[in-house]
Amino acid sequence: MTRVRFVLAMAWRESRAARRRLLLFASAISIGVAALVAISSFTANLETAVRREARALLGADLALASSRPFTPPVQRLIDSAGQAGIAVTGRITFSSMAYVPRIPDRSRLADVRAVGRGFPFYGDVVTKPADRWRMLDTGRVAIVDTSLLVSLGARIGDSLVLGNSRFLIAATVVEVPGRLAGGVNSFGSQVYIPERYARETGLIVFGSRVSYSALLKFDRPSDARRFADRHGRQLRTERVRVQTAEETESDITSALDNMESFLQFVGLIALLLGGIGVASGVTAFLAGKLETIAVLRCLGARRPLIFAIYLTQAVVLGLIAAAFGSALGAGVQLVLPHLLKGLLPLDVRVTLEPMILLAGVGIGVGVSVLFALRPLLEVRLVSPLQAIRKAYETDQALPRDPWRLAALGLLAAGVLALCMGRNEDPRVGLSFAASIAASVLILTGTARLAVGAARRATTRRRVRERWPYVLRQGLANLHRPRNQTRAVVTALGFGVGLLAALYLVQANLLRQVSFTTARTAGRPNLVFIDIQPDQADGVQRTIREAGDPVLQAVPMVPMRITEVNGRGVQRLRTDSAARRPASWTLRREYRSTWRDTMVGSETLVQGAWWHGRGEGVRDSAGTMVFPLSLSTDVASDLHVGIGDRITWDVQGQPVVTRVVVLREVDWRRFEPNFFAVFSTAALEHAPCMWVVLTRVDDAGRRALLQRAIAERFSNVIAYDVALIQQTVERIFKKVAIAVRFMASFSLITGGLVLLGAVAAGRLQRIREGALLKALGATRRQLSRILLTEYLALGALSALVGVGLATLGAWAFVHWVLTLDFTLPVLSIGAVFVGTAALVAVVGLTASREVFRRTAMEVLRDI
Amino acid sequence: MLVATNLTKSYLSGGQPLTVLKEVSLEVEPGGFLAVVGPSGCGKTTLLGLLAGLDVPTSGRVQLDGQDLGALGEDARAQLRAEKVGFVFQSFQLIPTLTAQENVQVPIELRGHRHAARTGKDGESAADRARELLARVGLQGREHHYPAQLSGGEQQRVAIARAFANEPRILFADEPTGNLDAATGARVIELLTQLNRELGTTLVLVTHDPALAQRAAKVLYLHDGAAVTPSAPRPAAS
Repeated sequence: MTRVRFVLAMAWRESRAARRRLLLFASAISIGVAALVAISSFTANLETAVRREARALLGADLALASSRPFTPPVQRLIDSAGQAGIAVTGRITFSSMAYVPRIPDRSRLADVRAVGRGFPFYGDVVTKPADRWRMLDTGRVAIVDTSLLVSLGARIGDSLVLGNSRFLIAATVVEVPGRLAGGVNSFGSQVYIPERYARETGLIVFGSRVSYSALLKFDRPSDARRFADRHGRQLRTERVRVQTAEETESDITSALDNMESFLQFVGLIALLLGGIGVASGVTAFLAGKLETIAVLRCLGARRPLIFAIYLTQAVVLGLIAAAFGSALGAGVQLVLPHLLKGLLPLDVRVTLEPMILLAGVGIGVGVSVLFALRPLLEVRLVSPLQAIRKAYETDQALPRDPWRLAALGLLAAGVLALCMGRNEDPRVGLSFAASIAASVLILTGTARLAVGAARRATTRRRVRERWPYVLRQGLANLHRPRNQTRAVVTALGFGVGLLAALYLVQANLLRQVSFTTARTAGRPNLVFIDIQPDQADGVQRTIREAGDPVLQAVPMVPMRITEVNGRGVQRLRTDSAARRPASWTLRREYRSTWRDTMVGSETLVQGAWWHGRGEGVRDSAGTMVFPLSLSTDVASDLHVGIGDRITWDVQGQPVVTRVVVLREVDWRRFEPNFFAVFSTAALEHAPCMWVVLTRVDDAGRRALLQRAIAERFSNVIAYDVALIQQTVERIFKKVAIAVRFMASFSLITGGLVLLGAVAAGRLQRIREGALLKALGATRRQLSRILLTEYLALGALSALVGVGLATLGAWAFVHWVLTLDFTLPVLSIGAVFVGTAALVAVVGLTASREVFRRTAMEVLRDI
Repeated sequence: MLVATNLTKSYLSGGQPLTVLKEVSLEVEPGGFLAVVGPSGCGKTTLLGLLAGLDVPTSGRVQLDGQDLGALGEDARAQLRAEKVGFVFQSFQLIPTLTAQENVQVPIELRGHRHAARTGKDGESAADRARELLARVGLQGREHHYPAQLSGGEQQRVAIARAFANEPRILFADEPTGNLDAATGARVIELLTQLNRELGTTLVLVTHDPALAQRAAKVLYLHDGAAVTPSAPRPAAS
């Protein structure tokens, strides 16, 4: 028999009694591999879909978009492209209130897309009833989101009022390219109408937020690129955004990158937790094999041979577990697109990628072996003397084993390689590895402290004398030899921590979205915008006639910055990095207001507010300069302070201002807040629109008021805070479900590690239980000892997990989201109690043999 | 066959050096039968461990079949055991996950893969040889039983079959009857001495049972780690 055959045969025979237990240890790896394979496959499918549908997402090879009508030079450029044989169509997007005359008390915010003939050039439109899309070319029809019909109580065939026009609802839209891309606002339901009727709705008026697009279809994609290169500069100076299908692809890819990174991270964690499970399983398994190994050594087996036998077991086990995990992952990836439906801008077709499945198996085996290596090395240190005497004392301290250090190094290198390999950006890979290392260090460190605390507590005299026996024994179990406390706390703590952290971030975000206002009496919950100056009084009167208060009525003037301290925007953009203002401050269209006081959401930081109308003062050159108040954030990004001079382009008129007040703004309040506040004298004659805020508590009356305003002032848009909140919550829920689904993998792994740990100590437990029974312990006492142990273990895991989660979530909420962090004590308490209870139930269930077997039966077995 | 000179073994116990074996010397001829006798804790098992190369002495020398164990590393000693040494333990020490036959096969396979590598042939199959050995200790038909399915006496017979599997030059038996009743123990000893005679295997037996020691050609009495009488025809102790 050759050496290899002997090793294989021994590995196989030696695993006999423990195969089920070994598979349990290894199943943790399966879950990790499944998570990784599912995520990788899904990511690959997503990338394929983005590549495939990039043109369809844009609907064209090239799109030109602007927030104002195309200027004559731009229009000439588009026309000449059309004359050169390039297919051109258009799209105008704007908001409108929509309602159906037949239903008296409902109206809904709609996201109107007025599309030209031939739209879209790419991608399929599916309507219900089928094939009605082309009716847009000939009829006065609207094709709408199903959600609009539902919220209006309308049906196909009804007439839909948008502004001053009526359209026949011809169909609902099931699928349309670019559905989620390029919307002016994502809160409204989408309505498609023919482009030629856009103007007559009367909705495109001063101040309304409109996006104009021209869509071009070229014979070759490279032509689109060339067109963009040749005319990009000119178009950009005309404030036209140019986007090719390729850019759309990379935009979407980078938008999805964060999600992918996160999912990858979760998958890696699950896999590494599986590795911890394997390591603790192997340790426990080998602990029961010491005598066998000693006998084999007596019989003349050399150390490398014994190591090879157990390494073979680990490899085969890893292979089985990883193959199973890969298959499971292939199944799980079928679920992911459903969970993420509505969040993804395109349909993801699920295909199986053999390479990913294979890589999953390879990674699974690699992780199993890497984690098993260190405990496996211990078999080399088993002395043959242990076969003839159990308690074997050695006269020399164990030397620093270079192999063990090498195994640790290999493990660290493996984890690092895995992190780097799963991420294209090496920095992300490094930060993955660093966060994993930090988390594992914190978790194992805490577990170590806890084990030490349990040891000290149970050996303390006061405890020994006063605490009941079952409590002491249960706690002592946490630190006794061969305990699995560290593995369980690390794995479960991580799972619980990840889920709790997600929950905390979500809860904090949702709390912000609920705007506190919506639930606090006296704060606005209904906002009317895009009110023309001549409509302002009428809207307010309508609100008051309905018996509701006008909480605020604020004018808004759109404007841009042209100069700061005499330097033009172009020059400012090329300033040295230290002096250059943040680009958003120069690019954006400001919507500013005028007033003579501060409002509740503002705090004075520096300067003094002007009196009365705040008349302008002529400077030495004879220019009229008006006082201005800036919010601190825009002032710091613009690098300006009190006394600095800013020139604005207000609808073609230059308005020169000097900063006299800096104020801090609480942007979280759902109220009109402004970067720049002018004096009355500066803006009162500028073209403006109004925003009016009210509060109507009753939902039915709120709907009636919106409908009344929509009928009387067709261009006025209403934002119902409650509805926005619902929409945001719905999106969050979607994200949360997907994220929790993936995070649950680590929790399952944690559970498996727990099961494995219980199984590993099974024989020892049964013997101890039998001995305790023989010495007179009742089953009740036994169960209490075990209950104490598992409750303590669960509480410890939960404590560590929740602690880590709170820390992580706080850091994320505070530094990344820059919001105030609050701890939902009740829910987190529930997580804590739930985890402890779950661990107790799993532990007791897995230990039921301890109660079932009689003392005699077990003692005979010994 | 086996020569030990001035064997001393000390351990650190609770920080204090503890000498469990003091300057023990002995010699066994090829085919000879030595019994090591003494009360519990006198150092018998320690001596056995040193003689078989399971452990290294603090000072002194062991020569096994002409080879100085002190000159060999751990794995070289393991190889020597695989080729020349057999063991019988008090608690049988069968590998619980292997059947009786597989337990007996282990030494053959351990040696076999080295032999096969050298000679290029397996010769008689390990399984055949194991069955034959089991038959010789009276366990025909029990080849596929696991240790837990065998009685103590049967387990010890499997252990003896395993000990002789690689035709060792020397066999160490550590209290082989310690866990057996008198009648079963007697049969086990009968089997050991019979094989000792038939195969010419050198036998080193550790026991606290003076009656058992009487069957040996040579007896070493240990007391507190020291040899009381290196060699005597008959013990005067009670």
